[in-house]
Amino acid sequence: MDFTFDSEQSDLREAVRGLLERAYADSEVRRKVVANDPGFDEKTWSRLAEMGLLGLPFAEEHGGMGAGPIEVAIVAEEIGRVLAPEPFIEAVVLAGGLIAAVGTDEQKGELLAALAEGGVIPAFAHAEPGNRWTPSASAVTATQAGDGWTLTGAKEPVLNGARADVLVVSAAIDGGTGLFLVQGDAAGLTRTGYRTHDGGRAANVRFDGTPAVALGAGGDQTAAIEQGLASARIAYGHESIGAMDTALRTTAEYLKTRKQFGVTLNRFQALTFRAADMYVSLELARSTALWASMVQDAGGDVVSAADRARLQTSRAGRHIGKEAIQLHGGIGVTAEYKVGHYTSRLTAIDHLLGDGDWAADRLAAEVAAHETVDPLGAPYAPGGGVA
Amino acid sequence: MRLQLSPELEAFREEMRTFFTTQVPQEIRDTVAAHRHVSKEQYVEAQRALNAAGLCAPHWPVEWGGKDWTPLQRHIWREEMQLANVPEPLAFNTSMIGPVIAAFGNQEQKERFLAKTANLDIWWCQGFSEPDAGSDLASLRTTAVRDGDDWIVNGQKTWTTLGQHADWIFCLVRTDPTAEKKQRGISLLVFPMDTPGVTLRPIELIDGGFEVNEVFFEDVRVPAENLIGEENRGWDYAKFLLGNERVGIARIGTTKRLLAQAKEHAQEVTEGGRPLLENPRMAARIAELENELVALELTALRVVANSADGKPHPASSVLKLRGSELQQAAMELLVDLAGPLSVSSFAEEGSDVPDWARVATPSYLNYRKVSIYGGSNEVQRTIIAGTILGL
Repeated sequence: MDFTFDSEQSDLREAVRGLLERAYADSEVRRKVVANDPGFDEKTWSRLAEMGLLGLPFAEEHGGMGAGPIEVAIVAEEIGRVLAPEPFIEAVVLAGGLIAAVGTDEQKGELLAALAEGGVIPAFAHAEPGNRWTPSASAVTATQAGDGWTLTGAKEPVLNGARADVLVVSAAIDGGTGLFLVQGDAAGLTRTGYRTHDGGRAANVRFDGTPAVALGAGGDQTAAIEQGLASARIAYGHESIGAMDTALRTTAEYLKTRKQFGVTLNRFQALTFRAADMYVSLELARSTALWASMVQDAGGDVVSAADRARLQTSRAGRHIGKEAIQLHGGIGVTAEYKVGHYTSRLTAIDHLLGDGDWAADRLAAEVAAHETVDPLGAPYAPGGGVA
Repeated sequence: MRLQLSPELEAFREEMRTFFTTQVPQEIRDTVAAHRHVSKEQYVEAQRALNAAGLCAPHWPVEWGGKDWTPLQRHIWREEMQLANVPEPLAFNTSMIGPVIAAFGNQEQKERFLAKTANLDIWWCQGFSEPDAGSDLASLRTTAVRDGDDWIVNGQKTWTTLGQHADWIFCLVRTDPTAEKKQRGISLLVFPMDTPGVTLRPIELIDGGFEVNEVFFEDVRVPAENLIGEENRGWDYAKFLLGNERVGIARIGTTKRLLAQAKEHAQEVTEGGRPLLENPRMAARIAELENELVALELTALRVVANSADGKPHPASSVLKLRGSELQQAAMELLVDLAGPLSVSSFAEEGSDVPDWARVATPSYLNYRKVSIYGGSNEVQRTIIAGTILGL
């Protein structure tokens, strides 16, 4: 049991922080970047590629860095700290993660290398209106057509769906849900992009007999999707930790400088106690998110660990996001000041892959199955006792 | 970053688990598990079993019976003890006055008190709070005036937990009423509870039990050699002591045990023909509490692993604050599971109400204390806001 980062991990954090702070330390820069399509800075994306971050979790033979979940967590937290709009989690952790988990060697060699170099951005087209937070698909169906497949139906919201060069699409097949690759310029593909409230981009993506190839060996991929979503939930947990940390620190700084009734706001215990409670929420959520990444690293039950992290970071994100605005007052609701953007992003993260109540329901369904929860034991630490 | 305990620590955990579940009498552990009254004799027997194995005060200096353990080992020791329903070594002895004497007492005092303190041959009680000095402890008014080779103590203490069992009291007294800062004029005296002039009045609590007392001092004559450390430095020792009090106050193992019991009862109690545990709202409530407890346990592990340099990790205050809230939430859950049976607190023979339901409400009411003692949760928020957030 060890909660400390090694020196390489600390170096990685420092390097990522340096890069992202140069880009977004001034929140006005982010505001300008997200005002224009594709909603992030292609140059910053290239710099992330140069640093190796876009291939971070992938095998070296596929052009990646061969790093683990802890390194991914570090990058995600730093992204959250400055609200960098680059789609690291969406493209690398989620879409890239599915390609790495399911794809053929050829698909991995081609797509992951191109993703790592910054040349190809994949997006995972999975969400369907009216069918939320499941690992299965129903609104898009796949039909075998000769050697390949065609897809029909609609996905929405697909994050970065309009900008993406290639789509990883979940679709209903006989006996489950398959995963497919669709090129951005495929026939019968209609993508309608728009802004999301947190400055990102999403799209309605329609398939009309659109040609597709199966990702990997084909067949039912529900379990792989569940695993992929769990990894993304954990990564979003770290992004939200970074965002909460900045939201709290910004709020504390504001309380020390803003004057009303002739004194700074930190003279009012009604406010400082609420800031203290925000700190409690943050640190409990941070421990849980770090733990979930360690479970992933150890090969434990990542789906259950992700649910636990999701529940904790959801509750904390809502608490800190709302209080950060309230303790600021009116300025917190303006787009010209940064803190409200953090609340907007935390709110988006909370709803993308399952919210706190959803996670609590999943944990509740298992509550009778164990006497106590041992975060260092089964099912989280396989084997136990391994140094 | 690594999830698993090292093989050495796994073995250590197993060793602790085996010891606590086999070497402390079952009947005592059953009493704790059932939240029944633990008698003085049971406390003494359990602590002596631990002390005989050298497992009573691992945080003490090695030469006085401590262990050269890491903070993580101490954490595991405490959690396993709580999970096994072992009554913890008396905090007044092992967490409070013992470490103070070991750190600030003179050699004679160490030899006189430490071994007996570890073995609970001396039962200590705490003379800190006064009617007008609670969270604002430094405004205490009990005085000690020098008279030849003695101190003459006059005044009153309150909230003296288990003072009815105590042989000795460690007591903060004002020795310099003229000191510029009120913290500067305080000293730490120890004396036997049967010293002439000491009287004790039990205070009945809302659970019907007698746990705390008022203690009155009228011209109590205390030999000068019973001053611990230096005169007028008592406040420093009190801070040192209260810092120790907060260690392990999260009581994660205890709450884990309570939630396990709650789930058991939620299987037994039915509503509309279905066990309460199958009620989605109840299941979600328990799941949320379990998750909060996981978060707290992980935070405790993170904090102990990062406070190796002796200074507490800033997040330590989170442990007291959240730990007390979760203990209270678990107690509240048990009352809610008992439902109408929860009123049968004092049922005796002839009642069909199970024991756990009888003790649920008194325990819940009693546990309102945990967010008040050891530095109230409002004091913890003040610490977080001030020292961590700089507000």
